[in-house]
Amino acid sequence: MSTNPPIPLRPTTKPLSDALSKEEERLERQTDEGAQELRPTTREVVLAGGGMWPQDDLGDTMIINMGPQHPSTHGVLRLMMELDGEDVLRIKPVIGYLHTGMEKTGEELTYVQGTTNVTRMDYASNFANELVYSMAVEKLVGVEVPERATWIRMMMCELSRMASHLLFQATNGMDIGAVSMMLYGWREREEVLRIFEYVTGLRMNCNYIRPGGVAVDLPDGWQQRILDVCDLVVKGVSEYDELLSQNPIWRERTVGLGIITTEECLALSITGPILRSTGFAWDLRKAQPNLAYDQVEFDTIYTSNGDVYDRYRIRLYEILESVRIVRQCVEKMPAGDYRVQDKKITPPPRARIDESMEALIHHFKLFTEGFKVPAGETYVSVESPRGEIGCYMVSDGSSKPVRMHIRGPSFYNLQAIDPMGTDSLVADAVAIVSSIDPIMGEVDR
Amino acid sequence: MADDTAREEDHEAEAAGDVAEPAPIPDDVAAAVVARFPGSVFVDSHGQAVVYVEREVIADVALMLRDEEQFTMLVDTVVVDHLVDGARPLVAGIAPERFEVVVNFLSHARNRRIRIICQVPESQPTAPSLTPTYPGANFAERESYDLFGIAFEGHPDMTRILMPDDWHGYPLRKDDAPARVPVTFKGDPSPR
Amino acid sequence: MGLDQVPHNFVTARLEDVVRWGRRNSVFPATFGLACCALEMMATGAAHYDMARFGMEVFRASPRQADLMIVAGRVSQKMAPVLRQVYDQMVEPKWVISMGVCASSGGMFNNYAIVQGVDQIVPVDVYVPGCPPGPETLMHGILTLHEQIRTGELLRRREASPTGGAGIEVGREPVGLTTS
Repeated sequence: MSTNPPIPLRPTTKPLSDALSKEEERLERQTDEGAQELRPTTREVVLAGGGMWPQDDLGDTMIINMGPQHPSTHGVLRLMMELDGEDVLRIKPVIGYLHTGMEKTGEELTYVQGTTNVTRMDYASNFANELVYSMAVEKLVGVEVPERATWIRMMMCELSRMASHLLFQATNGMDIGAVSMMLYGWREREEVLRIFEYVTGLRMNCNYIRPGGVAVDLPDGWQQRILDVCDLVVKGVSEYDELLSQNPIWRERTVGLGIITTEECLALSITGPILRSTGFAWDLRKAQPNLAYDQVEFDTIYTSNGDVYDRYRIRLYEILESVRIVRQCVEKMPAGDYRVQDKKITPPPRARIDESMEALIHHFKLFTEGFKVPAGETYVSVESPRGEIGCYMVSDGSSKPVRMHIRGPSFYNLQAIDPMGTDSLVADAVAIVSSIDPIMGEVDR
Repeated sequence: MADDTAREEDHEAEAAGDVAEPAPIPDDVAAAVVARFPGSVFVDSHGQAVVYVEREVIADVALMLRDEEQFTMLVDTVVVDHLVDGARPLVAGIAPERFEVVVNFLSHARNRRIRIICQVPESQPTAPSLTPTYPGANFAERESYDLFGIAFEGHPDMTRILMPDDWHGYPLRKDDAPARVPVTFKGDPSPR
Repeated sequence: MGLDQVPHNFVTARLEDVVRWGRRNSVFPATFGLACCALEMMATGAAHYDMARFGMEVFRASPRQADLMIVAGRVSQKMAPVLRQVYDQMVEPKWVISMGVCASSGGMFNNYAIVQGVDQIVPVDVYVPGCPPGPETLMHGILTLHEQIRTGELLRRREASPTGGAGIEVGREPVGLTTS
């Protein structure tokens, strides 16, 4: 890579039939070859921390390919592991099997439509994606969101954090072998998803938080329903705690496994529960509060061992902190508008369209053209269940972004596999990957 | 290219406006960077500190931020393609190029952020790698190489990460892969 | 002891009906979760919706043991060969459900990275719409597939798909026990 010849560009447009035939040809070729290269390419494989793998001591080792279709890798993560017997010498994650081109699609959608795109990135906690996208747009436009919208956003984000961590409890249990946790975790998560369906109309990919506020106001009787779910979740979490936390088999499988230090986390840009499990109490909700996180009481959960067990415990107790925040939101929810009253940004109420020509025109313009955003660039970040999620957005003054980039926390957290997994057993590699809790939609985008 | 002329027109249109006189830089880290590296320009972007630096020194800037200014984490590396921009906000003293490499840093100790941006010309799409300084940039730089074709010099493993290894082109460039493919239906004989 | 000891306890049926009945009630899906839809597929298998009611709770990790591939989520260009290989590894008879709009048609991601419909790679029996389809929708799709299995041909081979066939060459004429 020392000399870099100019990279030839392809023509701007190409006929689709050509693209399809090329794709078919490639598919055929790859399928015949066994679909994926499985050559022992270890000598070229690089550690996530940089640097080449050592070239010697390649005695009786074996390259094992795990994934991309593997039940324990949370989707389509592929791991190349070099094994010496049962010991893992090194792990290299291979990603891209869910690359969706969302950043390209994001450049093609207007700012009004953009949340439908980003909500499908981290599909386990979609509200964080919508929130960070909307905040970036609002920052560029310079619009202030009403207080009620802020609190609704915060409440939905915390419910989403509960859902995400409940999913983690379910899949983590299943990966490590506590299969009944799968059913218990889904039992509570389902209740939270029903709240989403009740408030937003969709169980997942809600597209609820939009630039300027939220899509609809909370429905009647939401307080009691959400409080009921909070009680159910608290009860469920105490059951998980009872079932797992002191369970000798569970502790054997998790304590002291996959250790990572604070220094490694910082160097590898790892955020979220993994960073907090190393004894570094960094939470963007506390450190750089957005929304109304400075007006609610909650604690940052952190532990000091940096192992799989600690990451499990942090996520377990963060569910309870989220319940605390949600209960305070229910109590303190201010009255007022649920979205900013700016005709250029938010659509008129449905009833107004029937009576007012102007409202009809605004509605039409907003959903066909979108609104224009002043030229500029900004980076906004919030704390998602997996760590710092950020949105870097560049506008050129039109109604579509020039560049919409989401910093997915899982993407960076995956780099932790290498320091965590080295010198573990192959059966423990599954527990380690599971404890990172990667969502591949966000990794590959 | 037609795009170049369009860009220059934007240049003229924008250059007349909001170019501030050299004022004291409110952000001390940014001020230190600007003082150390000539050719750097500070910009306040919606309350966030942004420093435009020369492409050649970006690795040195990262080293300085890490070792002297306690910026413990490289948060994100992004590449922007400005080929078809309508109105590009220009920075006085920085010649705009087609690509921009944008790097966000975070200091936990000082609880603040800074953003470093450098321009990368289309004719020579390379930039110094920050992976030796911040190993966390590894995947992000591979992603930038994969999707934009910006080769990061000094990166230990400059290969494709998201697209298949035999993919041609750099799909997130504005003149590469289409963002919209016409919908094809099963059994539809018409070539689109 | 012969059959004459149980004179009232048997039912006669055509063999193919019994085989189809058995197949319909013991479809083993492969775990092939790709994206958002995989979560809804897991939700379908979990306690609230309980796919075990249809004899489908056993998600097999090995494609060799599975009859049904639920393509749950968007299929990228990089994943397509893998998907095809997993399909090829499954033994006949096998069925495919395309779950969600991304798998069925590319959905909102009609861009360079996504295969615009998984039916370009494998033959699809049932398309389930939705983004993501809820568990009820998926179960409707599964029941539709069950109906197809119950009424379909016993020794059907895939020739309708542009890429189908899975490498097995069988004459177009149905052979053996196939009725109608």
